[in-house]
Amino acid sequence: MLAEVGHFALVLALVLALVGATVPHVGIHKGHTRLMAMADRVAVGMFLMVAIAFAALTHAFVTSDFSVLVVAANSHTAKPMLYKISGVWGNHEGSLMLWVLILSLFAAAVSMAGRKLPLRFRARVLSVQCLLAVGFLLFILLTSNPFLRLDPAPIEGNGLNPLLQDPGLAFHPPMLYLGYVGLSVSFSFAVAALIEGEVSPLWARWVRPWTLMAWIFLTGGLALGSWWAYYELGWGGWWFWDPVENAAFMPWLAAAALLHSAIVVEKRDALKSWTILLAIVAFSFSLLGTFLVRSGVLTSVHAFAVDPARGVFILGFLAFVIGGSMTLYAWRAPKLVPGGLFGMVSRESALILNNILLSCFAAVVLVGTLYPLVMEAFGAGQISVGAPFFEYGATVLMSPLIVALGMGPLLAWKRGRIGRAAQVVLPALIVALVAGLYVVWQSAGGLVMTAFGLGLALWLIASVLLEIAERTQLFKNPERFWSRLKAIPRASWGMSMAHAGLAVILLGITISEAWSREELQLVAPGDRVAVGGYDFLFEGVAPVAGPNFTAVRGFFTVSKGGREVARLMPEDRVYADPVMNTTEASIHPLPGGDLYAVIGEAAGKGRWSVRLYFKPFISGLWAGSLMMMIGGLLSLSDRRRRVGAPMGKRKEA
Amino acid sequence: MQRFLPLVVVLALVVLFLAMMLSDRNPKEIKSVIVGREAPAFSLPGLKDATATITDADLKSGQPILVNFFASWCVPCRAEHEHLMELARERHIPIIGIAYKDDPEKARAFLEELGDPYMVTANDADGRTGIDWGVSGVPETFVIDGKGIVRYRHWGPVVDGNIEAKVMPAIEGAR
Repeated sequence: MLAEVGHFALVLALVLALVGATVPHVGIHKGHTRLMAMADRVAVGMFLMVAIAFAALTHAFVTSDFSVLVVAANSHTAKPMLYKISGVWGNHEGSLMLWVLILSLFAAAVSMAGRKLPLRFRARVLSVQCLLAVGFLLFILLTSNPFLRLDPAPIEGNGLNPLLQDPGLAFHPPMLYLGYVGLSVSFSFAVAALIEGEVSPLWARWVRPWTLMAWIFLTGGLALGSWWAYYELGWGGWWFWDPVENAAFMPWLAAAALLHSAIVVEKRDALKSWTILLAIVAFSFSLLGTFLVRSGVLTSVHAFAVDPARGVFILGFLAFVIGGSMTLYAWRAPKLVPGGLFGMVSRESALILNNILLSCFAAVVLVGTLYPLVMEAFGAGQISVGAPFFEYGATVLMSPLIVALGMGPLLAWKRGRIGRAAQVVLPALIVALVAGLYVVWQSAGGLVMTAFGLGLALWLIASVLLEIAERTQLFKNPERFWSRLKAIPRASWGMSMAHAGLAVILLGITISEAWSREELQLVAPGDRVAVGGYDFLFEGVAPVAGPNFTAVRGFFTVSKGGREVARLMPEDRVYADPVMNTTEASIHPLPGGDLYAVIGEAAGKGRWSVRLYFKPFISGLWAGSLMMMIGGLLSLSDRRRRVGAPMGKRKEA
Repeated sequence: MQRFLPLVVVLALVVLFLAMMLSDRNPKEIKSVIVGREAPAFSLPGLKDATATITDADLKSGQPILVNFFASWCVPCRAEHEHLMELARERHIPIIGIAYKDDPEKARAFLEELGDPYMVTANDADGRTGIDWGVSGVPETFVIDGKGIVRYRHWGPVVDGNIEAKVMPAIEGAR
């Protein structure tokens, strides 16, 4: 019965979305305030309807109601409760429900939090948001109805892919979706601005917090995903340049660029048409990701069950949304005349450089992802684009970005003097060079890239610290340091934190790539293996039984210099429903790096194949991501940034 | 005109996706570059008689022939084995077996246990021939016509549905 309620609520949500997508425009055209204001009520109503539908679906999963087809196909009574709930979005139909839930949540949030927006503009934004909801609701109702019944209901469900039964993955999709769909708000703002034909510094001030929020979630989603790959796939890797990973990375890059270009719009009333384009592109990348996962055009570990009808529908929707907004852009862009001017050497120019590099990198990732498809389409055979391509692109484009990142915040707005900024960062440059040269000198050979990476990371950290010192006049006027430090706005702390986070990630990548130690061996109980200065003692194995799996658990005692450091218990699990084998790596993080053990097959005569790693400072990856998220949150919490807060500074014409 | 550039890129991508989606292809299937070409040259010792030499010249027999890469350590090879037996015994299709990266002792035991469907069996101990043929894993089966041209490559076990739907038509086509 509840499933039918959910289905009905979804239909009502569609009706509301249709109203919301059309009526406000009519209201604006006729100058009818009441019709415009309907957008608000529709947005909230739509969210309530979708929330009811989502709750109905969640109820079916929690109670294991196998008369609902999706539940029977993807759930199982023996699954722990967490995975019953995460199972809701662990399949095509449910993940779309989550998508629409978040989309309508953001529509309601814009309506609630955006009361200070002019009614006319808010109505435009909401109705674009409603139009997006129409597309996705139609997609669900026409091709992927999650409330289809199964008669007779089976006694037991098929179970969820065991790789997905993991706490990291339970929260990875909602995080990522909050990011993907969060970008829809930036998109709606951009399209509304194009319709109105006006982009003002105020517009940038409104759009930035939403973009920042989406970017924070995307950062979290990507970090969770790579963390999961690191400990669940069991070979120590954390990023694979898989098409779907790339599809999540591209919106992140575009959102990062958008965050920075919106600053230029806000401060200097310039770069308008580029910023609008970026907002459209960022959300288009999100849509591209959904399309790639669901159409079966590319192979990926992330792909959902493939259905051509779904692929064609979503491609049509993609063409309509992206093609439509790009047409609108081509038509309206000439109206967006830049206002302010700025010098070649200025903070604005540094931000433009940041944008050029980030978008070039996004383009490189896009080309690398789609190139195999293009080659195949032109009959040139199958190829795959591997990590070396992307890594080369990353090195070439991200290195100058990091150099510029150190300089940028030190340049003055409008007209900076490169000499002045260079003077401040000179110590940073020296630190970076010395550290880099030290490593080259230590181990001349293949470590040039390591030296380079370390140098860049230290350069960035040093210049972030120097920027704070400069801001507080630490060296010129040290007695007022504390009061100045307290006066630094949170947005500025956010920037420093996020930039330092990037440096920490870079440190993590460089150090773990260069100094990881790996041993693949057959061991019998009592054997010792030395890995990176640590002594792994294999004690044996024991069988274990979990709620829906059985496993072999290996026991290792790790010691250094005769002192016990950690005990590692990796598992090799066999899930019952569906039958599948997963490896559960055992990881013990130490300040210097991670101890990592994986147990493989029995090799006869009481021996087991094991893989043991020491991965120095790999936690920098996740610590750095966390720092970036905290940086984003700090900036978001800045009073000046909040939508509707009184403007701290008079708008420059 | 540059403001139309994004639109052009988007439209081109949409056309690309549509074309690839409507074309009847399975992206999971790895296509072989050697289909339509002459079978790669090889010269391998026999599995049962290590002094014998089996070469690509043995493929040019004037009638279609199957080349099957197998190994005793491979579970799907066991699954397809009875079907290979049936192809050889009932339908009289000559099959050349190539033991891929296998211990000859174990490969021989494997054929003794399950029966030997092969006309001759070669031993590719280091897997070099497998690389030349573009084998990505065992089992893999190639249909070669009478002139030694590769007509079809089957990835994975040759079992039930695949035989009538794919392998037999390829053999008929090669006649």
